[in-house]
Amino acid sequence: MTGSTATTAGARAHARAQGGTVVACMPTVPATGLAEPPEGVDAADLVWAETVPGGGYAGRRLAAGTALRLTDLDGDACVSVLLFSADEPWERLNVADTVKVLWQAYVGEGHLLLSDQGRVLASVTAAAPGRSDTFCGTSTLLRNTERYGDGTAHGPSPAGRELFTLAAAKHGLTRRDLPPSISFFQGVRVDDDGAFGWLGSAGAGGVVQLLTEMPVVVLLVNVPHPLDPRPAYTCTPVQVRAWRGRPTAPGDPLWTRTPEGERAFGNTVDHRTARGLS
Amino acid sequence: MTVSTAAPALVPGTVVLDETVPARAPWSAVVRRGQVLTIVDLHGNQAVDCLLYHADDTAERYSAPDTMVAQGGIFLTTGSVLRSSEGRALMTVVADEVGRHDTVGGACSRESNTLRYGHHTAHQHACVENFLAEGSRWGLGKRDLVSNINWYMNVPVDPDGSLGIVDGISAPGLRVALRADMDVLVLVSNCPQVNNPCNGFDPTPVRMVVTAP
Repeated sequence: MTGSTATTAGARAHARAQGGTVVACMPTVPATGLAEPPEGVDAADLVWAETVPGGGYAGRRLAAGTALRLTDLDGDACVSVLLFSADEPWERLNVADTVKVLWQAYVGEGHLLLSDQGRVLASVTAAAPGRSDTFCGTSTLLRNTERYGDGTAHGPSPAGRELFTLAAAKHGLTRRDLPPSISFFQGVRVDDDGAFGWLGSAGAGGVVQLLTEMPVVVLLVNVPHPLDPRPAYTCTPVQVRAWRGRPTAPGDPLWTRTPEGERAFGNTVDHRTARGLS
Repeated sequence: MTVSTAAPALVPGTVVLDETVPARAPWSAVVRRGQVLTIVDLHGNQAVDCLLYHADDTAERYSAPDTMVAQGGIFLTTGSVLRSSEGRALMTVVADEVGRHDTVGGACSRESNTLRYGHHTAHQHACVENFLAEGSRWGLGKRDLVSNINWYMNVPVDPDGSLGIVDGISAPGLRVALRADMDVLVLVSNCPQVNNPCNGFDPTPVRMVVTAP
């Protein structure tokens, strides 16, 4: 084949011959073509199917009422998440409000991921108990350079903030738009003196599922947790599946689980209604 | 407004700024590299919400996660390095008469107050209002607000993950001193919250003193 790309016709044929290649970490497009949809989910309702490698990132604009399931395929995923209001991205995940308003730092099933405007960006409908972190955010170029020798997005040990910067840019957002994130699959605990303890992963097969309560932009980076004690950059793929559903509604158990959450859902419905979305 | 009581700076130096922040008010100043900002809790248990920005490039700003990760825990006290979103040292706590301060709880806002206490609080003043008003004087907007520091605020985390703002451990006159490790824009809200104990249910003035070595 030497020389086959010396002409435009040859280069075109060479490029087109690559189509259809299958690798472990890639999107399935369209998502409705996924061979094995999640149990109980009609493939026609799928809107996103992708596997993101360790050291990778992804982002997507999702309608309200979308179920977003993340699965730690091999047991060493660590997915840090940011959420923005799709239409007004200066409204975004506020981790401090998310823990303070709900009086709980350890995010699990039933927790509400709150924006700075007193609304629910997404509710957590499944999460491995104890395997989340609202304190430590994600890694920086500086920290990964110190820890692994490199933290650039193009290098062997990308830092989460560098990847968030790329994911954000594709939605018109910059480093100024990157607040502290929340991460899943690797757990951290705080002792009485405030010191962190590392729990690590619950193992392969862990599932985190979110339900978007507003139209959102979700950004995901899959990188080692900043406190991961292992000397090697260790992070394995995360499977992403998203499908159409409906937001939490009055009458659903989550709606009234806490008085703070009930008021947050109320604010969220008011917001959607005023925008003609409910 | 300058007050003229005995030298309140926690670290000796030449006073270059000495101002009292009224109860419920915002405040800001650029603290140059090497200068020390002493905050004085004049009346005790007054939360001082605080954000820091690299004065030359405000896209680099305080990062609670990077600060906590680097020190391995959540409480701020003497020795805590207040790090930026890029992991660099903005300021260092060089002296602290209280023992611990919060950087988990964030700032109160009108919007979050509606969740925490009810919609009757929607028109009460809040720290985010102060941050937005004072930040606008420096070209900062809503996008520039991130998880902040709460000097003098007490936020324990229980073994089951329960956390909350509980009674403070500060007292009248207690000080905390921050040395600038680069030129830093300090943005402060003297917290107006009256629905929880972060200000002893009675917001009071605080004093800001900047000294040069």
